[in-house]
Amino acid sequence: MSAPEPILSMRDYRLVFDTFDGIYQALDGVGFDLNPGESLGIVGETGCGKSITAKSILGLLPSPPARVLSGEILYRGQDLLKASERDFRRLRGTEIAMIFQDPMTYLNPVFTVGEQLVDAILAHQRAKPGGERMNKAAAKRHAIQMLAKVHLPNPERQFTSYPHELSGGMRQRVLIAMSLSGAPRLLIADEPTTALDVTIQAQILDLIAELIDDLNLSVLMISHDLGVVAKVCDRVIVMYAGHVVEDAPVDQLFNDPRHPYTRGLLASIPHPGRPPTSLSGIPGTLPNLYDPPRGCRFAARCPLAVPACTTAVPEKRHLSGNHLVACIRADEDLPAEAADA
Amino acid sequence: MLLFLLRRSLFMVGMLFALLIITFVISHVAPGDPAALAAGPDASAEMIETIRKEHGLDKPLPQQFLIYVGGVLQGDFGNSIHTGREVVDDLVRFFPATFELVLASILFAILLGVPLGVLSAVKQNTWIDHVTRVFSVSGVGVPMFWLGLMLQLFFALQLGWFPLGGQLDMMTDPPAPITHLYTVDSILRGQFDVTLEALRHLVLPALSLCFPALASIIRVNRAEMLETLNQDYITNARAQGISPLRIVGLYALKNAMLPTLAMIGLRFGWMLGGTVLVETVFDWPGVGLYAVQTAVSSDFEPIMAVTVLLGFCFMVANFVIDIVYGWLDPRVRGTT
Repeated sequence: MSAPEPILSMRDYRLVFDTFDGIYQALDGVGFDLNPGESLGIVGETGCGKSITAKSILGLLPSPPARVLSGEILYRGQDLLKASERDFRRLRGTEIAMIFQDPMTYLNPVFTVGEQLVDAILAHQRAKPGGERMNKAAAKRHAIQMLAKVHLPNPERQFTSYPHELSGGMRQRVLIAMSLSGAPRLLIADEPTTALDVTIQAQILDLIAELIDDLNLSVLMISHDLGVVAKVCDRVIVMYAGHVVEDAPVDQLFNDPRHPYTRGLLASIPHPGRPPTSLSGIPGTLPNLYDPPRGCRFAARCPLAVPACTTAVPEKRHLSGNHLVACIRADEDLPAEAADA
Repeated sequence: MLLFLLRRSLFMVGMLFALLIITFVISHVAPGDPAALAAGPDASAEMIETIRKEHGLDKPLPQQFLIYVGGVLQGDFGNSIHTGREVVDDLVRFFPATFELVLASILFAILLGVPLGVLSAVKQNTWIDHVTRVFSVSGVGVPMFWLGLMLQLFFALQLGWFPLGGQLDMMTDPPAPITHLYTVDSILRGQFDVTLEALRHLVLPALSLCFPALASIIRVNRAEMLETLNQDYITNARAQGISPLRIVGLYALKNAMLPTLAMIGLRFGWMLGGTVLVETVFDWPGVGLYAVQTAVSSDFEPIMAVTVLLGFCFMVANFVIDIVYGWLDPRVRGTT
């Protein structure tokens, strides 16, 4: 791949939470680039720091307790870690938009769908120069257009509905419509289908894929579900306990995962053709991030671990063109009993 | 919405009837013979019997009750056994003063309590929050009459900023009645000097009466705001670029107001009861003071009337709150 200027670039991002129990070292040196028009997936298990990474980009983490130790998050050259709340408001919705995990709780229960949509649209308008702003009537027309665009049946009628009158899938469509109504360049989708029924999941994923093409969006898709990522994304980064452990194009990651954690993650996907007895997980649990291990955070669970793994955090290195991995033994094969899964 | 109102109104009629039964029974099984008290210590048995007959107290209780309810339905609350005056006339005379006092108190409690609760939540763990919290915790515990006395001592006697009691100065004529509320009437009549005077008289009693309500409104509103501001829909609103002021003042407050409203309704009831104490301390010519004066002489009809009236006010207030609740929260509209 040639090297266009990335639209979003996170470098050596370290974030901790100050809590009563101590300092929780949530993200440790997270870095990746997202190129314009690209869909990048972030996968990893619950607690690995995916959502925190996403929320950091929009400045949505409450601080305190969140505290940035180092790094930069560059959006089209602007460092978001130095942005004020005012700067963020200019970006939110109009440059960078976000859709969230649980559509049931992300809409305000005491306002109609229409009121919330129009309010969001008017907020987006405020980021624009005076002459181009919509008035309320235009905002309403735009809102109904957006509802139609996300294939919500009866957009005019749903405009006056309250969230509790809609199903989960419909609410997620409303939230997607709201997020995209400001014509953002970058969409962050934080587990957008996790809370939905499987059939609805597929519909919403199709919709997101359609809108990505349609609106020429750059996308950061967060999920713990590799299937979701495979469907929508061009490239994937795998996170484990606040580290990025692997970064590769989707095909390459699925066909030739190199980090032992990624290999374990892929092996744990149940396959219809395989007997259920061989369903395998990764033994062990996440490290304690109040007092994280010094070296590779996966070392304690890793079948390939050697003493060197516990002394220093492995550097990310290129295996082939754009396949990066943070493991000193990424070229090795897994020991037999771990590999047969 | 119409059905909601209708159902609520019917419910209120039932409540009112229940209230009538309870007040009637309690006042009639209470010890003490009103006829004997009214007749005086030297009255003969015959005289007492005459008074008893005159007031219908010799009839069996259920019949007395029916007669009473029949009267109430026609707006007749009977006569005071002591003064002989019609209770309704007394209520018309005293109630507006109480209504004015309670209205001022509840407005004060809401207009001050809600913003302070919001401020305390938004500035959580700053000195503003700490001061407000100390104030609101101690406020709930302070007895009204004691607070009233302290306010009198300090602001009336020491500083002389406000009058000690009463609704107007002795020499001032009340404005010609329109609403019977002195502050409102004097404005309507253009007598602004009287308005000012009425307001000055209102400050200390209203402050004592509203204090516990104010404190608990702040507390509830603060807690609810903190909770609401942590909700996902607030995160989404922020992600949409909606301004913080709008998020706090509209998105969060509308949700936080629901439990606060319930608290306001409850506190309104306490306030009505509190008028008995505060009106006594401030010599405020309202039904609270009237209730005290009639209670010490076992004068049934006025006591029952005051009880029913205050109970009715409480119901109306909560009826209004239910309506506001339904307006704020679309989820309850179809259900209640």
